[in-house]
Amino acid sequence: MNSRIWHIATNTFREAVRDRVLYNLIAFALLMSGAAVLVGQISIGIERLVVINLGLTAVSLFGIVIAIFIGIGLVSKEIEKRTLYTVLSRPVRRWEFVAGKFFGLSGTLIVNTFFMAIGVFVALLYVSHSFKHADTGILIALYFIVLQFLIITALALLFSSFSSPLLSAVFAFALFVIGTFAEDLRGFASLTHGVTRWLATGAAYLVPNFSALNVISQVAHESSVSRQLIAYNTAYALVYTIAVLSATALVFERRNLK
Amino acid sequence: MHAIEILGLEKTYSIGFWRKRPKRALHPLHLAIEDGEIFGFLGPNGAGKTTTLKMLMGLVFPSGGSARILGMELDDPRMKAQIGFLPEQPYFYDYLTARELLRYYGQLSGVDSRQLSSSVNAVLEKVGLRDAMNVQLRKFSKGMLQRAGIAQAILHDPKVVFLDEPMSGLDPMGRREVRSLIEELKEEGKTVFFSTHILSDAEALCDRVAVINLGQLRGVGAVADLTSGVKGKVEIVWQGSAVPAAIKSSGGETHVAGETTRAVISEQDQDAAIDALRRDRLRLISVTPVRASLEDYFMAQLRLGAEEAVTR
Ligand SMILES: Nc1ncnc2c1ncn2[C@@H]1O[C@H](COP(=O)(O)OP(=O)(O)O)[C@@H](O)[C@H]1O
Ligand SMILES: [Mg+2]
Repeated sequence: MNSRIWHIATNTFREAVRDRVLYNLIAFALLMSGAAVLVGQISIGIERLVVINLGLTAVSLFGIVIAIFIGIGLVSKEIEKRTLYTVLSRPVRRWEFVAGKFFGLSGTLIVNTFFMAIGVFVALLYVSHSFKHADTGILIALYFIVLQFLIITALALLFSSFSSPLLSAVFAFALFVIGTFAEDLRGFASLTHGVTRWLATGAAYLVPNFSALNVISQVAHESSVSRQLIAYNTAYALVYTIAVLSATALVFERRNLK
Repeated sequence: MHAIEILGLEKTYSIGFWRKRPKRALHPLHLAIEDGEIFGFLGPNGAGKTTTLKMLMGLVFPSGGSARILGMELDDPRMKAQIGFLPEQPYFYDYLTARELLRYYGQLSGVDSRQLSSSVNAVLEKVGLRDAMNVQLRKFSKGMLQRAGIAQAILHDPKVVFLDEPMSGLDPMGRREVRSLIEELKEEGKTVFFSTHILSDAEALCDRVAVINLGQLRGVGAVADLTSGVKGKVEIVWQGSAVPAAIKSSGGETHVAGETTRAVISEQDQDAAIDALRRDRLRLISVTPVRASLEDYFMAQLRLGAEEAVTR
């Protein structure tokens, strides 16, 4: 990473921290301890299942919300407030700005996820008093969740580089929801015929495939995640993210600042 | 080599949401600014000054023409490392302190990390923000933001400095400080290109000025050369309180003060006025030319522009 991208990324991280983004961890901690205590009382042998399911789903939703709400403002807010003028009049290329913003928000989300992951494990220890070997699956599920964050951050940045924050938020949320059903969409597409099939398949493959990246209930049921899926998801997320970031840089490169 | 060379730069914005209409903000502009010059870019609000600066900074793309700074293209990072820019009514990351902001900008401009702290401290001292360096920018007044803006523009020791309305939002004291700061930059051999709609600032500082109005260049040159062509005024003083008809009709203002009367009339009416005084047997005391100011030139150019706009 060149030094300018690094400095923009660390400044983005600093902004998120000073804007009290990490305060979401307090809400998360309350949620996890509440759940752990409650589940501990109604113990009927499914404590682990509930804690893992609930914990990982919360990690994912908290992160998605942060990724979208910060992501949509990363570029548009700087254009709106004209803070970009004194950055882009320096030897900073526009694509470097996009990359720096992306790494800054991704870093914020990774740090945030790290603390939430600790919360999940503490809650798990509280209800079941020990870890099992199958719990390593939780780490894989967390890794996939982080991959989802990278994709959604890139998408939020893309929308933010050409539309208003409100529209960007709507687009990003819509894509997240649709992406959760990506595999069903692919299934539907294969049932149609002719041009429709062509278009539907294209659309189904264009939306981010969040279904493959969601192994939460699988992990909660202690079934293992295949190495192939890990490799596939890693490659998929990287290619998808890089493609979206390139599109963002391309749009932003041509944009006249207000 | 020119410090700045503008070759027919022009800009047409398209405005309106549904039905786009073109709006010409700048007609093709040709200007060359010498190395080490203080150059004033003058024009009323809406003249196209900010648009020109934004194109030079690569923030907005020109509809036509091109420009070079230090002989390099506008998107060349090597050139951008050697220029500084103060935007109009600057706004900065308000969660940072002045010191953090300048460190960040220094890093982006590629200032050597060993030198960064001393550069930041020196520039904070220079703009008078030393005491406020650990205050978050959200608590800064408008004047302090302007100072921070100037600090970030000169922090990395640039060769060419672009300032968009550097004196606006400052009290008289702050304006004087900015003026002497600009003079210091010149002494250090830097080129300064600044826009303003306040003529007295330009008159006191600039080697040369350009006047633009409605997106069109109306004149370029040294202040003295520009104003020498302007028809000046003269002040006539005579004894007594009587005002000859010829002077009354020439439209100048007259003031009676004790035993004498004073009138300011245009140069071309001077001979007729003196003849009239002689005819009425009033004793002439003095005739003094009133030096044409940049403001006279400026107003004359604006009138010309307005007439052209009407006849077109
Ligand atoms: N982003 C924009 N979209 C449309 N018109 C603009 C835009 N920016 C400036 N203008 C118009 O261009 C003209 C020149 O503006 P500007 O360069 O800001 O003038 P100045 O800095 O001399 O006051 C004005 O008529 C202004 O309304
Ligand atoms: Mg302006």
